[in-house]
Amino acid sequence: MTTSAARPADGLRAGDVPASPPPSAGSKKLGGVAGWVDDRTGAAGGVGYLMKKVFPDHWSFMLGEIAMYSMIVCLLSGVFLTFWFVPSAGEVVYHGSYAPLQGVTMSDAYASTVHISFDIRGGLIIRQIHHWAALMFIVAVSAHMFRVFFTGAFRKPREINWVIGCILSMLAIVEGFAGYSLPDDLLSGTGLRAAEGFMQSAPIIGSYLAYFVFDGPFPGEAIIPRLYSVHVLLIPAILIGLFTAHIVLVALQKHTQFPGPGRTNDNVVGYPVMPVYAAKAGGFFFIVFGAIALMAALVQINPIWAYGPYDPSPVTAGSQPDWYMGFADGALRITPNWFEFDILGFTLSLNIALGALLLIPVMYGVAMAYPFVERWITGDTREHHLLDRPRNAPTRTALGMWALTTYGVFMFAAGNDIIAIKFGMSINDITHFFQFGLFILPLIAFWATRRICLSLQRHDREKVLHGRESGTIIRTAQGGYFERHSGLDPYEQWTLVQHEPVAPIELEPAVDENGVARPAARKDRLRARLSHFYFRDVVNPVTPSELAAAHHDGQQHEAIEAQALSHSIEADPESASGSMHVEEGSEPEPTGGHGH
Amino acid sequence: MSDHDTPGGEVARTDGEFGATAVRLDEGHVIGDGGLPDRFENPGLEPHQQRMSDQSEAGAKRAEKQVAALFSLSIIGTIVFVVAYFALDAHAYVFIPGIGDMDYSNAVLGTALAFSLLGIGLGAVHWAKTLMPDEEIVEMRHPMRSSDAARQGVVDTMLDGAEGSQINRRPLIKYTLGGALGLFAIPLGLQLVGGLGPLPKNGLSLTYWNGPIGPDGKPHFKPLRLMRDPENTAIKVSDVTVGSVFHVQPEGLLDMDSGVLEAKAKASVLLMRLPPDTITSRKEIAWGHDGIVAYSKICTHVGCPVGLYEQNTHHLLCPCHQSTFDVTDDCRVIFGPAKRPLPQLKIAVDDEGYLIATQPFREAVGPSFWERGSA
Amino acid sequence: MNALAARRRHPAVLTVLLLVALVATGCAYAAFAPKPAQAATADADQVAQGKKLFQANCATCHGLNGEGTKTGTGDQIAGPPLAGVGAAAVDFQVGTGRMPMAAPGVQAAQGVKGAQFTQTQIDQLAAYVASLGPGPAIPAAADYDYSNADAAKGGELFRVNCAMCHNFAGSGGALTRGKYAPSLATVSPKHIYEILNTGSQAMPVFNDTNLSPDSKREIIAYIKTIHTEPSPGGLKLGSMGPVSEGLFAWVFGLALLIGFAVWLGNKSA
Repeated sequence: MTTSAARPADGLRAGDVPASPPPSAGSKKLGGVAGWVDDRTGAAGGVGYLMKKVFPDHWSFMLGEIAMYSMIVCLLSGVFLTFWFVPSAGEVVYHGSYAPLQGVTMSDAYASTVHISFDIRGGLIIRQIHHWAALMFIVAVSAHMFRVFFTGAFRKPREINWVIGCILSMLAIVEGFAGYSLPDDLLSGTGLRAAEGFMQSAPIIGSYLAYFVFDGPFPGEAIIPRLYSVHVLLIPAILIGLFTAHIVLVALQKHTQFPGPGRTNDNVVGYPVMPVYAAKAGGFFFIVFGAIALMAALVQINPIWAYGPYDPSPVTAGSQPDWYMGFADGALRITPNWFEFDILGFTLSLNIALGALLLIPVMYGVAMAYPFVERWITGDTREHHLLDRPRNAPTRTALGMWALTTYGVFMFAAGNDIIAIKFGMSINDITHFFQFGLFILPLIAFWATRRICLSLQRHDREKVLHGRESGTIIRTAQGGYFERHSGLDPYEQWTLVQHEPVAPIELEPAVDENGVARPAARKDRLRARLSHFYFRDVVNPVTPSELAAAHHDGQQHEAIEAQALSHSIEADPESASGSMHVEEGSEPEPTGGHGH
Repeated sequence: MSDHDTPGGEVARTDGEFGATAVRLDEGHVIGDGGLPDRFENPGLEPHQQRMSDQSEAGAKRAEKQVAALFSLSIIGTIVFVVAYFALDAHAYVFIPGIGDMDYSNAVLGTALAFSLLGIGLGAVHWAKTLMPDEEIVEMRHPMRSSDAARQGVVDTMLDGAEGSQINRRPLIKYTLGGALGLFAIPLGLQLVGGLGPLPKNGLSLTYWNGPIGPDGKPHFKPLRLMRDPENTAIKVSDVTVGSVFHVQPEGLLDMDSGVLEAKAKASVLLMRLPPDTITSRKEIAWGHDGIVAYSKICTHVGCPVGLYEQNTHHLLCPCHQSTFDVTDDCRVIFGPAKRPLPQLKIAVDDEGYLIATQPFREAVGPSFWERGSA
Repeated sequence: MNALAARRRHPAVLTVLLLVALVATGCAYAAFAPKPAQAATADADQVAQGKKLFQANCATCHGLNGEGTKTGTGDQIAGPPLAGVGAAAVDFQVGTGRMPMAAPGVQAAQGVKGAQFTQTQIDQLAAYVASLGPGPAIPAAADYDYSNADAAKGGELFRVNCAMCHNFAGSGGALTRGKYAPSLATVSPKHIYEILNTGSQAMPVFNDTNLSPDSKREIIAYIKTIHTEPSPGGLKLGSMGPVSEGLFAWVFGLALLIGFAVWLGNKSA
């Protein structure tokens, strides 16, 4: 009768290959070396388990892999670069093959980077691979974060991994900044100059901080070797450590999956590591590396020879950091100058400190706290392995867009001078636009996203209740016309109705039935208000009875031919013939059982 | 609801019981639920669709050839790379449509490397997609939580261990250990922080214009000529015509053997000549010479060089964060995040007609810092 | 209001707008188009011819005798006095098509179609303006011959004196309130030499007492080197620095890799 009555929803179809095939004859072939290792490590059990692990297929699950592989490409190409790069601010006079710099005094760091670019065979391609991979690493980390956020993958049990991911993302931008400052060219040196200004703006300790980091007055000779140590040793070590933890947790908790037929909170549906994901993920490393190599082959990045060596007196128009530091730079550009105060003869430069020192910790702090805040508001303490379709969590999706828009305003503000010349606008107008936009645009994004999510949900309901328009016009005996709607097949329908109906937490009465005031009522009130905000206007999925009613009582033009239906409920002869009652014996059992 | 519910619980429904579900009345025209369940059932996996390579051996053969072709592409890419590495002139250029002239070896080596890598990647993925099993495997999940017994076991082990160590019965050990662990990082931290750099003292407030530091630790001012940067030639007052801008370093700075960049980072100056009647600040007129004025080139925001002088509007713009200074009004900030005006350098003309600084900057140049006002 | 809105969708609107635009362009051209001029035979004749050209094409803003008119409102510029600007300024402004301007604006832009006058006419105009007061003369070809100049030295000068407005690669940059420093890619050596000597609009003056003629030639050599040399690493992305690189990574790089990921995640046919 029903598909699922024959076997559990997360079970296999008839004819599907069982997950663990019997031991094969191949074990003998592998026996030699593997046996030697297993004799000494007993790794066969663990390796066998890992090789059978199942990964679900979805393009958005590869964003994290793009990040991982870009990072590996960075590590590989970075090791190459260390063989030629000289992390020293010592002065040299250039006599290499790049004519426009002949005889110019520069630092060892700059000279060696120019040397890599022009006089080491294939050096430029490695440099460009390294820089493009770094940009793609942080692009992919960000895109991966968006995916995880908007699908709710950060929910229990993955909060720890979300926090680790946030730290990884923050470290990645620091690592990027450190690396991009190393060549000591005019542009990156200007960036370091600004960074020194940021440090000076720290209340009370600013000048000490700057002198400690730069070993005296800016620029000094210490900053390049120190950044080098940070860039090639300190941060990579932490990055790799945290990244390993990140991956181990993914393996331990198994990958999340998008909702769909056969997918439940208790299973993972996909392909095993051996052979499918070994080939797909392994192959994808080569694809990512190859794509980055292609970009590096044809698109120039960071032409340090054109910027010239660093010198505190010159500067170039369009002085921007790499894109991932853009948001902090943009924040500085749009902060009004009245944020600097004189207090009893001391200077408090919040016009700098807010954007340069506070923004990054605050932004990442908010991101890291979000899973815990959402959990408190929704009161949802269960494990979640099925992802939310973003539309089914309208408030979260809208909050995410609010945050993204805020970030975007900061980031685009960092390009205000480029926007000005490319679009022939006034830099002052653009800056004012971003200053107001910082407050207005995120609200618009929030409101619009939420409305879009809700209408998409209603659209889903419509689709389930009334099927999709078939384009076939039927003429009735009475002379009327209607368009036949064809029903959804149960697999398609399931994706649209699988999410849980939700409701805001109701405020319990402030006094209990005996008239005694409850303690902590204020906290509860706040929580109820937030919960109401979170679940307001919620559109719940179609229930079987609603669908039955739509088919039975619907207007004629909505009527769906009984034979077009294959779902158990509609396929039920009684239901199709219009009865509201289903035989008691059919005992429909919702997946997963009841709440506890 | 406990904190460790098992996965899979379809809870948080509006109502847990059949028959009492509040069904919306505005959609579906229904009252009551007719005894139907309040959730749909998961229909299970979709039927498996066979691929071309599953349906016929010819399809599979074709897929095999495609995969092999991609792997061969990789081999060719590798060979091209090796040949090009030795054969190509490192400084030859090639014209590529849409890009223009570019380094020949970079284009060839990079593209060959890209094909060498992409061939393997695309081949492997295509192989996985067309020939490897494409029927989904289902793996079951288990709650992350350990069993109560396991949890209790850990707690017991820890408590037993603590008991065995007698830490709770020997407060002397407990507190001294706490103290020792709390303090041991101090020497390491102290060494690091203490050794990182010197104390700033008044370093941020002094520039090369203040003159060399004498044995008494104080700078000894002597008037310095204004020199062109980077030519390092002195500037005659007659050289500076209206509308001109000169990038200036103090006399002697560019001749130093070391510390040039550190000195430049504070001492760089911009020299401009405006029609005298456009200047509104009396101090500015007094510290200048016949419309010639000198200002610090280091932005009071975060220290970028404020080099963009618009001679028709007499505005100075910083390219980093767009702080704009009005040179006609003592470099007051008229736009952007900088708060303070650029410090002015008082200049005069010496006997030979060259411009000199008659006093150092009267305040710290460059970005703000906490004790700026007191230095 | 509603009626107007309704008519806005009328099919004829496009045609009418096009016609209006054409007529406006024609009128503007008629107003500013060069009048045919005879070849000058003598300097005095050249000045006289120049005066005619000036009165027909420039006097609206600069006054009948080049005395200038009141500056326009706000940031708009209109007709500064021309006595003393010199022949070099005229040769630059008219030679690059900045003058005559169609209308007062924030900044006179380099002419899209180049100069609106022939070189002979420009020389006549220059001679006339030079006669109003002494100023920088049009440089001789030897002045801006950069073939023996040291481009590396020019690079150092360029970075200190030019890069803060025109960007490290001479691709241009933004100034305040809609003004901008234009790209240097297509500016001829002669025009670079002239503009350094005369200054123009927002650009300050770098006359020979500021940057020596040798320095000017070195700067020209550097600008020409960076614009003629091939880009070693490939596509330059406009030489605008990290903004265009970041945009490229997001738009092209991520799209390419997501494209591969979608292909990887899709079932094979």
